Amino acid sequence: MTFDMIVQHFFNALMLGSLYGLIAIGYTMVYGILRLINFAHGDIFMISTYFVFIAIAGMRLPWIPAVALSIAATALFGVMVDRIAYQPLRNAPRISALISAIGVSFFIENLCLVIFTGVPKPMPRFEPLVRVMSLGSARILPLAVFVPAISFILVGALLWMLYRTKPGLAMRAISRDIETTRLMGVKVDRIIALTFAIGSALAAAAGIMWALRYPQIHPFMGVFPGLKAFIAAVLGGIGSVQGAMIGGLLLGFMEIMLVALFPSLSGYRDAFAFILLILILFYRPTGLMGERLEDKI
Amino acid sequence: MKSSTKLLLDAASVALLALFLWWAQGHLDGYKVQVLNLVAVNAILAISLNLIYGFTGMFSLAHAGFMAIGAYVTAILILPAAQKEMMYILEPMLWPFSVMHAPFFVAVVAGGLAAAFVGLLMALPCLRLGGDYLGIATLGFGEIIRVVFTNMTPVTNGALGLKGIPAYANLGWNYFWCVLTIYVIVKLLSSNFGNTLRAVRDDEVAAKAMGINTFRAKTISFVVGAFFAGVGGSLMGSLITTIDPKMFNFQLTFNILMFVVVGGLGSITGSLVGTLVITVLLEWLRFVEDTIKIGSWEIAGMPGMRMLIFSLLLLFIILYRREGIIGGYEFSWEGAARFAKRITGKGARADG
Repeated sequence: MTFDMIVQHFFNALMLGSLYGLIAIGYTMVYGILRLINFAHGDIFMISTYFVFIAIAGMRLPWIPAVALSIAATALFGVMVDRIAYQPLRNAPRISALISAIGVSFFIENLCLVIFTGVPKPMPRFEPLVRVMSLGSARILPLAVFVPAISFILVGALLWMLYRTKPGLAMRAISRDIETTRLMGVKVDRIIALTFAIGSALAAAAGIMWALRYPQIHPFMGVFPGLKAFIAAVLGGIGSVQGAMIGGLLLGFMEIMLVALFPSLSGYRDAFAFILLILILFYRPTGLMGERLEDKI
Repeated sequence: MKSSTKLLLDAASVALLALFLWWAQGHLDGYKVQVLNLVAVNAILAISLNLIYGFTGMFSLAHAGFMAIGAYVTAILILPAAQKEMMYILEPMLWPFSVMHAPFFVAVVAGGLAAAFVGLLMALPCLRLGGDYLGIATLGFGEIIRVVFTNMTPVTNGALGLKGIPAYANLGWNYFWCVLTIYVIVKLLSSNFGNTLRAVRDDEVAAKAMGINTFRAKTISFVVGAFFAGVGGSLMGSLITTIDPKMFNFQLTFNILMFVVVGGLGSITGSLVGTLVITVLLEWLRFVEDTIKIGSWEIAGMPGMRMLIFSLLLLFIILYRREGIIGGYEFSWEGAARFAKRITGKGARADG
């Protein structure tokens, strides 16, 4: 393999990995607080691309306001999903909330299928980011630098919020013990809504960047990235934001390297993520960065 | 109630079911018969998942994988050799598989056993994990099985799948297996081993402290569940006559989980009711995707509408009946007798 190809693979992996990481953060934050696998998260990721599509193709907005509008709308959408489908089930058995999440996932997918039909829609191109650029003799998209940069900035901002602000402190407290936090006078429901808003906004950012990279949007595009990101969240240790990003990058690099080094195994690409996951779960049952939970008797 | 009376009632209801099926075969149209078939196969799948999750407390999401194994093993065993040779156009079929043949019953048992064997291999490492992590690991194994089947072209015909599988799975076979599944699992659960499983579900540490070999109990439950999931997959393959790896993705597992949870976890009656309600609802809702005529108006059918309405109904059920439709209630002849007495008692009082 030539050096140029290595550079190209490196940037591709960095891009894919940071997108997985951004989506994974939404899973990990919700799981950390509610112990709920939010199976609708992949579909929230998907719907953000349709918001951009409506804003640009329908409302004729320029790119930047369209993206801002889409992120805000997706954050609101995520909060609404929680209010309608998860909040009434806070004290129910956890499996009820999980089935509710599956129901929401079906609902969002089929709502988009009914409104936009199953025919993939072309994502409008944002020229400055998709014009091929040469780095030496390697040819990469500006997007491959832009996506990781934005992702790291967003994660940095999120970590700052989690560790340096009051709402962040409240979030960390809720993930330890929701009842005690409530007794301390924290408005738990508001913090949970904030968590959903942040997770969904990050998924929207990832969704828009994903659609720039693979410029076709369809109602089921969120299923596989969602599943992979969920694996990334578990790999990194569910509940940990840094872990989600590390898990995402690890998964992205492993996938790209597998396909680059062993092209004959590329059919096994989807299974590979799970094999990695199972191996890590056996050696570290709570993921790479996860805290060891002792069984309480 | 005497056990001989109960046996008599059991036999009578099975006879009644057989009579109904015989009538249905002759009098209902093909579509309705197909729905009845689906109910039976889905019930097998739901009950087997309920054994693993509802009664033993292991959050397992590998059902689609077990089904895939059952379906492929059975399909390869019942397809005629000539047809297999014609179908494998990407790569010729490997030798022992290309000539294997077995009668339907043997093929279904083989499918179940193959799934049970894989379940055993899976159980040894996975069952040490607890809670959601077990769910994720089993989901992973289910997907790995699917990807392996997609890539094992000389055995499974790859992404093309298998077509024209002989449709042996008629009402008789499907309900035979459904009744057998219910019988075996109810027997298992009403034995002392059933109490062991419930103890493991309710508090694994306490069960261990009582001297229960929890790992052994969980493994047996998992393997039995995998066997019947494989059987369900076998029947499903022969029922719809076409299988391909894509069919067995994790959404299929979610569907089965839905039957179980909507009916009520930890109740065989619940699984049956959940399966019946959801299967019939899903089929009945097909009309919304056809063209609807209201007077002179014509509304074109919209793809996705069926699942949209279905997902709303599902959310409605789970938000307002969180314990499932019948909420953990279990049918028994005693309960039915009490109920009948109450009704007739009330009736008598109303008369007097």
